[in-house]
Amino acid sequence: MPPSPSADFDRRTLLRAVPGLLTLFASSVSAAWRPAFADTRSEVSPESFVAEIAPGVYAHRGQIALYAPANEGDISNAGFIVGREAVAVIDTGGSARIGARLHQAIRSITPLPIRYVINTHMHPDHVFGNAAFEADQPAFVGHHKLARGLSARADRYLSINKEALGEEAFAGTKIVLPTLAISTPTVLDLGGREILLEPQKTAHTDNDLIVRDRQTGTVFLGDLLFSEHAPTLDGSILGWMAVLDTLTKEPIQRVVPGHGGPSMPWPDAAAPLRHYLQVIADEIRAMIKANRTLSEATESVGLSEKSAWSLFEDYHVRNVSAAFAELEWE
Amino acid sequence: MVHRAFTTRLSSLKVLVAAALVVAGGWTGALAADEEDIWPALQKDLFGAREAVEDTRAVTLEAPYRAEDAALVPLTVRLPAATAATAKKLMLVIDKNPAPLVADFTFGPAAGAGERVLETRVRIDMYSNVRAIVETNDGKLLMATKFVKAAGGCSAPALKDTDAVLAEAGKMQIKVLANTADGQREGQLKIRHPQYSGLQLNQATGYYIPAKFLRVIEVQRGGERVFRMEGGISLSEDPNIRFTYAPGGDETLVVTAEDTDGRTFKGQAGPKGS
Repeated sequence: MPPSPSADFDRRTLLRAVPGLLTLFASSVSAAWRPAFADTRSEVSPESFVAEIAPGVYAHRGQIALYAPANEGDISNAGFIVGREAVAVIDTGGSARIGARLHQAIRSITPLPIRYVINTHMHPDHVFGNAAFEADQPAFVGHHKLARGLSARADRYLSINKEALGEEAFAGTKIVLPTLAISTPTVLDLGGREILLEPQKTAHTDNDLIVRDRQTGTVFLGDLLFSEHAPTLDGSILGWMAVLDTLTKEPIQRVVPGHGGPSMPWPDAAAPLRHYLQVIADEIRAMIKANRTLSEATESVGLSEKSAWSLFEDYHVRNVSAAFAELEWE
Repeated sequence: MVHRAFTTRLSSLKVLVAAALVVAGGWTGALAADEEDIWPALQKDLFGAREAVEDTRAVTLEAPYRAEDAALVPLTVRLPAATAATAKKLMLVIDKNPAPLVADFTFGPAAGAGERVLETRVRIDMYSNVRAIVETNDGKLLMATKFVKAAGGCSAPALKDTDAVLAEAGKMQIKVLANTADGQREGQLKIRHPQYSGLQLNQATGYYIPAKFLRVIEVQRGGERVFRMEGGISLSEDPNIRFTYAPGGDETLVVTAEDTDGRTFKGQAGPKGS
């Protein structure tokens, strides 16, 4: 069946009308996370967890929040693309439980096999839902440096997020590393639908990967794009600005950021983030030139951006610190 | 004497066990560890029977209460002129780090009169007291203490390509900054070095990257010592030190450094404007 909007809508309507089918699909859910999912937010129907932002392209908007028991790790965007033969998932949420809800949403829309689970980068809010897809035996796909980065941080990510989420919301969460490492632009075929995976140079992290749906011109940018949520710099500020400058020249219909949105016009969506990075870089360079210190920079740089972002106080100073250590070697 | 205490501490069973626990426990112990005051035992290890006296008029320490990046925590120590005049050494200590003695600076004749300021960046492994301790010429120990909330700094992943990092190791930038208010010079020293802590995993091999760090940094102005630093794994990657020093006839700053592999690095800077 071609992935036209009407076909998807019909399938969804059908699934909603036949609960037995849903149960059947839910039986592929692994025992590891089903109990954790069982008691969660039954009032939210699976299909309203995502929005169809382009024909056959679905996105979930995570909360703009830090990990907390109340949000169960639902603090980042995720999505999926449906081809004629298979589904590709892009990011899986911040816990096995959220991954399970994404899985449920997929199954409310299509019974096609989940062939690929793609992570846009290593951060826990984007990869911790992977466990919910293991039973589907997809290829787990990531930038070739993702496994190294995530493995080195695994213990810390797990312990910190377990503490922040609490045992219950964290249940079933574990590290699932990529089985398919992407080091050059790579096309995946979902059956009459090609998606292009493009690994980036160090920017937000050293393992950013973007996913481009050729049919609709939709690009999942992961955390190369933040909206509303304060940006977090865990790679290179110069690299990040360069990647954005390249991407903003490309003809893209719409993008899905890692936080905020979830469907945004391009290149307009990049403007606030690009501005934030430029402000930080400019002010830090001026301070370095004036022989000011790292601690002085953390107290003054970029404060004009405060009102533009949620969670500014949780991330901004760290961004300044990282950018300062990078730029002082220019 | 302090150097010996440092080596002893590094090699002592207690510290190795602590480090192993810290590695295995994934830093969840940060809060629980606050319950125990380990300073009395640490003080004894460092100074024997001598007691360091908290004296915030003689030495001040600036540190963020909550460090946003535990692998890069800026510390600034200020010694008023009266303290600087009799200061023989300055020690930076982080109680709960696997190697608590961060660095030990021995001042020389070119360290300068007037207020003496020294700023550097450190790794902090769990919520801990951080201390700046001055040893005076007559053996007194004057201390300033700050509590810093930070965790994970010593095991923060070293993700850059090891070969590339080591190839760049030792690259220096030495800058002479503006004079201080009381006519002293101020300099800044940056040295590229991975400062491997021995607590960082190499994912490619599955083994911990062996410790490799700058052991000694000596700074001289016109052939006279400003300071000689002996340091360990708690000094951040790419060590960065800002320091005041005395003006003199020969304004050339010469920096020599040596890492734990015995590799030596050298750099120099002429007087400002030359």
